[in-house]
Amino acid sequence: MALEQDISIVRTGSGAVASARRMALIWRVLGYLAIMLSVVIIGLPIYWMLIASFKISREIYTAPPSWVPLAPTLENYPNAWNSAPFARYYINSIIVTLATTVSKMTLAVLTAYALVFLRFPGKNTVFLIILAALMVPAQITIVPNFLTMGELGFVNTYWGLILPGAATAFGTFLMRQYFMTLPREIFEAAEIDGAGHMRRLWEIAVPLAMPALVTTGLFAVVSEWNDFLWPLIITSTDDMRTLPIGVFRLLDQEGFANWGVVMAGTMYVVLPVILLFIWAQRYIVEGIASGAVKG
Amino acid sequence: MSTVSIPAYRSSSREWRERLLFLLFVGPNLILLAAFTFWPMLYNAYLSLISWNFLSPTRRFVGLRNYESVLSSGIFRIVLTNTAIFTIVSVVLTMLLGLGLALLLNRPLRWRDGARAILFTPTVLSGAAIAIVWIYIFDPRFGLLAQILGWFGIGSPAWLSDPNWAMSAIIIVYVWKNLGYAVVIYLAGLQAIDRTLYEAAEIDGAGAWAQFRHVTVPGLSPILFFLLVTSILACFQAFDIIAVMTDGGPVNATNTLVYHLYERGFVQSQAGPAGVVAMVMFVLMLILTVLQLRLVERRVHYS
Repeated sequence: MALEQDISIVRTGSGAVASARRMALIWRVLGYLAIMLSVVIIGLPIYWMLIASFKISREIYTAPPSWVPLAPTLENYPNAWNSAPFARYYINSIIVTLATTVSKMTLAVLTAYALVFLRFPGKNTVFLIILAALMVPAQITIVPNFLTMGELGFVNTYWGLILPGAATAFGTFLMRQYFMTLPREIFEAAEIDGAGHMRRLWEIAVPLAMPALVTTGLFAVVSEWNDFLWPLIITSTDDMRTLPIGVFRLLDQEGFANWGVVMAGTMYVVLPVILLFIWAQRYIVEGIASGAVKG
Repeated sequence: MSTVSIPAYRSSSREWRERLLFLLFVGPNLILLAAFTFWPMLYNAYLSLISWNFLSPTRRFVGLRNYESVLSSGIFRIVLTNTAIFTIVSVVLTMLLGLGLALLLNRPLRWRDGARAILFTPTVLSGAAIAIVWIYIFDPRFGLLAQILGWFGIGSPAWLSDPNWAMSAIIIVYVWKNLGYAVVIYLAGLQAIDRTLYEAAEIDGAGAWAQFRHVTVPGLSPILFFLLVTSILACFQAFDIIAVMTDGGPVNATNTLVYHLYERGFVQSQAGPAGVVAMVMFVLMLILTVLQLRLVERRVHYS
């Protein structure tokens, strides 16, 4: 009786282990299926853009479309480059992105340092004012900002493109939260050694906060490079337009008639960001994830 | 006496230097935010009360008449309905698909980090460029989607020129672009849940569903809420993909709030109605943000 019971316990026990193993295996297989399916669905449009940019015009306008370019060609790239002033668009995008990013990073570091390490009456109110700016999305400021730029004479200029995005509430918030986690003792020790605020800022705070600073910079680069609404409004001539506006105009000119050229044009816009993303993928993805979990 | 007063004098001068430094550090950021973030909100409020075409030297004060005319107009009702449908469907689809994928990916699988990176890629790409690629994909004759539908014997709708399909097309592109973002956030949230809770649940005999229901969902709820609010706000602000793919059309089928604001301001040159649309958007987003803060507060209190 006792023996039988023991055996039945062992049996059900091993049965439970086996079924748990089977379940784990099923979940693993489902996991791999999910990886494959999602990568195909998410990757396919990007693949489609890439191969269309290598297709000759005749091949693009055949139904059903081919999955691999039958006669791969590079001619769409120079054609796109010549049918719109892409060199100029690149220069403009690089100038605007760099200026805005450098400005955002600098102002975020300075403001956050002041908010954490400098004494000032009512500095929490200053912080709250900066936080309040997070509640105003750029989209609803377009009409007044356009009018302001008109009054300043900055319509269709680099100043007009750069100034509204030069400050940052989000970056300041991010840097402040990071500075708060730094051990105070290091700064106190530096103060006793006679280091002024400038030295403490550049030689201690900035190097220690590098991860947060890189995240701030990367977010700024990506969002400025891709920005569409403000450059669309503030620029009116090709010599001031940035890449996303340029490729939109290329679509107007060539679209529907010449997809290969238009796809080469879109490659010009997305390729720098894809390369940046491959290089800095960890920083961007981890930055997004940790921001959400920490709240 | 003098030995006491000198350090006191010094420390007060140091105090003033520190205050000056604070102003120098904070000033530029604060001035730019004031000029291009706070001032525009006052300006919008002012614009919403006047009648002006941006060019005429006269601006006529009309009180609340702009609000009456915009809020009661047929087009504004269409825009609000479109925004609601677009936001609700995109957010629900992104959050459900993202949760499903994240749950499947939340185990040690080879290539998982690679897959996560590929899923995230559309999020960092230019909306305008992506929209152009999708116009080509949606092409009813030579497009990728027409071919895939053809395999199942389904004819392709004229996605972007058919008012009944245009919004679906826009939603597909948004879900495609933002799915990876949701997956990344969910995965981070799932990994933050204490493993021992699952072990305890398993010892108590909880099956997969019970574990999901009683461990995963409560553990993930702050993340779910964060994602919900940020996704809704992002949908409210959608512009580039709509502007490039459909211009708000056909026949206003994809005209949403930001596009309508752009249209009123920069196509029709109506300063007053543009101000009204901006104010309405601001109030709606303020409500959402306050709601988020309230709920975050409650979460902090009860946990």
